Amino acid sequence: MSNQKEEIRIGYYVCHCGHNIAGVIDVKSVAEYCAKLPNVVVAREYKYMCSDPGQELIQKDIKELNLNRVVVASCSPLLHESTFRGATSKAGLNQFYMQMVNIRENASWVHESKEEATEKAKDLSRAAIHRVAFNKALEKKKVPVNPTALVVGGGIAGIAAAMSLANAGKKVYLVEKDPTIGGYMAKFDKTFPTLDCAACILTPKMSSVLKHPNITLLSYSEVSEVEGYVGNYKIKVTRKPRYVKEELCVGCYDCITACTFKEGKFPDEFNFGLSKRKPVYIPFPQATPLVAVIDEKTCIHFKTGKCPQTCAKACERNAIDFTQKPEVVELNVGVVILTTGFQPFDAKKASNYGYGKYPNVFTSLEVERLVNASGPTEGHVVLRDGVTHPKSIGIIHCVGSRDEKTNKWCSRVCCMYSLKLAHLLKEHSGAEIYNFYIDMRTPGKGYEEFYDKLLNEGVQFIRGRVAEVNDWATTPEEKGKLLIRAEDTMIGMVRRIPVDMVVLAVGLEPGKDAQEIRKMFNISCSNEGFFLERHPKLAPVDTFTEGVFIAGACQGPKDIPDSVAQAGAAAAQALALIDTGHVELEPNTAFITEERCCGCQVCVAMCPYTAISFDPVKKASSINEALCKGCGTCVAACGSNAITQNLFTDVEIMSEIDGILIN
Amino acid sequence: MKYLYFPGCSLKSSGRSYEESLLSVLKKMNVGVEEIDDWNCCGATNYMAMNERNAIGITARNLALAEKQGKEDIMAPCAACYMGLLKTQKYIETEPKVKETVLTNLKKSGLEFENTSKVRHPLDIFINDISLDTIKDNVYAPLKGVKVACYYGCQLTRPYATFDDQRDPQSMENIVKALGGTPVEWPIKTRCCSGSMTSTVSEIGLRMSYLILKEAKDRGADVMITACPLCQFNLECFQGKMSGKYGENVKMPVMYFTQLMGMAFGLDKKELGLHRMLSPELSLS
Repeated sequence: MSNQKEEIRIGYYVCHCGHNIAGVIDVKSVAEYCAKLPNVVVAREYKYMCSDPGQELIQKDIKELNLNRVVVASCSPLLHESTFRGATSKAGLNQFYMQMVNIRENASWVHESKEEATEKAKDLSRAAIHRVAFNKALEKKKVPVNPTALVVGGGIAGIAAAMSLANAGKKVYLVEKDPTIGGYMAKFDKTFPTLDCAACILTPKMSSVLKHPNITLLSYSEVSEVEGYVGNYKIKVTRKPRYVKEELCVGCYDCITACTFKEGKFPDEFNFGLSKRKPVYIPFPQATPLVAVIDEKTCIHFKTGKCPQTCAKACERNAIDFTQKPEVVELNVGVVILTTGFQPFDAKKASNYGYGKYPNVFTSLEVERLVNASGPTEGHVVLRDGVTHPKSIGIIHCVGSRDEKTNKWCSRVCCMYSLKLAHLLKEHSGAEIYNFYIDMRTPGKGYEEFYDKLLNEGVQFIRGRVAEVNDWATTPEEKGKLLIRAEDTMIGMVRRIPVDMVVLAVGLEPGKDAQEIRKMFNISCSNEGFFLERHPKLAPVDTFTEGVFIAGACQGPKDIPDSVAQAGAAAAQALALIDTGHVELEPNTAFITEERCCGCQVCVAMCPYTAISFDPVKKASSINEALCKGCGTCVAACGSNAITQNLFTDVEIMSEIDGILIN
Repeated sequence: MKYLYFPGCSLKSSGRSYEESLLSVLKKMNVGVEEIDDWNCCGATNYMAMNERNAIGITARNLALAEKQGKEDIMAPCAACYMGLLKTQKYIETEPKVKETVLTNLKKSGLEFENTSKVRHPLDIFINDISLDTIKDNVYAPLKGVKVACYYGCQLTRPYATFDDQRDPQSMENIVKALGGTPVEWPIKTRCCSGSMTSTVSEIGLRMSYLILKEAKDRGADVMITACPLCQFNLECFQGKMSGKYGENVKMPVMYFTQLMGMAFGLDKKELGLHRMLSPELSLS
């Protein structure tokens, strides 16, 4: 059945992978079996084919035995295909004449019967040996990498990644959906375990971002469309209308003072609704950019059209522009770093803790603002009524974390931030503080020591999950208090503790737009919805899409030090790609044989990457190689058999199937 | 709209007024019910603790009978039956060994079982199938100014029900609002009434029921409604004893939520089983 003119000379190599393969599969008998198959010149087994001596074995045989095809039976191609392709091409053979067989993940690791696993390894090897004869020599295409980067999300991870890239001399676009960068960190008072002021360490970074000649900050903007591929992404960013001209506004607050609303009336997002803002506002005094924004949902002009527009009249620089429309900006970038963060668990979902029902149940984020000197109460810890100082406070850990009913994972940061809040609440209010925890998780530099410090500060620790919080007073002293009922596993009893204030340490979960972002950038999520890294240990900031990296809490719950470290790693990976200057594309694209194309255009509609277009003059479709991702959809869909895909030609696939079936 | 009705033992005996009022209210809203033919005890009480696998089999027989009778959802008004049926479905779905035993035993008595019926509580049916609007449309005498403590008990919403929040259910509150009444906000509506302890360890049992009545009274409730025959029994029958024992008058009407609905619908007292009440009567002035 071969129509090849040259004589096919195959070298077959089966790897022991230590005990990983050889522990289950009888590699010697596999090699002996394969040695007798047609076209096989040599069949060898070796302890570690991926090692230098293993690779040299292949190269030596290619030269000495005049091999023109190579089959390596070892691990997943994801791990070592490039290794063996490299070894093959070093010996002067086209790298695509090497075919890999995965007998580790597909055989030795998943089967218990040694005999059957060995048989399977033989079958899979025979398929590859049949196929490799038909492999075509192909060349990888080199495509230049656009040296510009896009960072999506302006929290601490995004800021750190953007700064690293910019300091290395690369142009960076930083896109942030909110009116200001800074993310959650900007709302914190102090950071654990050092208790340094969050604003003091963050705001200088924020203004550096704004001032940096290499960074273009697109705040109040969202990515709306992604096209292209590694090195050459075309990104559309929608800039939401602020109704204030960014280039004219100096953040003088005149418009806010002049607003028709004399007092703030609408929940202030920055303070989680603990204070009120006007329809025209600046999120906080160090907002970056320091530019006012008008909220069209609450502004009278947008609601009724009958506003005296005192804000516009007050602005000496004529920066207010009610006619602004969403504006789409097109960016060309080579690499993308996603730092889109998390969202806090919605405390209302844990209905047994009474958030939203009992006013004096707070979330930890609300308390971050309460203890903050620049917060709505200037750092005074008061109850929801705004005046009463709590004398006792219960902090409940693991709200929405480690729970079958809500989120199963540990949110990693809550133990530490609860300790920090316990310290700050005690310092600010002198109240008695109770921490209700399941396990104390303090793995980090200086973290356990911080826990120790809190133990010595007289904060109470009760080990056990809280069952419920309610206002069921059973004695006159309990009237008006919140009662926390929890198991105390240290003493083996159920306790009811009356407090004035309850703080729910809410966990971290994937951002509400995570799925949308995932689809846009064509990356994956793990089960719980956080972005999936390419490898949990060895490629923690890469994704399965080349040129798209992830950092910070969008990849999983993470504290500030870890987010910054990951941002640095992502920036380094992005820089490596940019400085290489080009990427090699896998030649797995499809192409259309024009004479065979009947012009039905089924493929045009099927292509997920809009890579196929129809030429009405030629009455045939053609595929843009640069856009084709090699998914194979069109190949399968084509009724005229006019589409061929490199690496997956019919003869290659059919001969592989033959190899499996013909014993 | 039709449901396969699984009354359970209580609704035919101590909880007769629950059945009477439920059926009357459903009839008023043109909802059909068909009693499951030859049903048996749901397996509540002790046998779950004695021999779980056989107990599951006894409950499963009812599910199998319902499957034979029709494709409609099963309506189980008693909280214990409702939970027992859901528990049985869950066990059969997740425990292959239990499933095997149950199927074999059912086969011996000539029954096939595929575990396909949906088990529903009337509260779920009222809110999600019949709708609050239909309930509103049937109101004849709105419960204006009536403060109602809605008591769910411990096993109606936990751990299997999905039609309402398990810790802070709102179904009965929403029905009360639809009837024109005012639900009382109180924190212990899913706390245990003590179950059968009022008769076994009455010292403890009475106190648990007393605490529930007292809290409802303290919060200003005129009436307590419930959806469980055992809760209703415990909270209604010993009011005099509790008041004496704890030196505090906790007497108040404790009725089924369907009886309160019937009153608002203007149905006859007898149709609602109100003549069987032991606790004080709720007067709608």
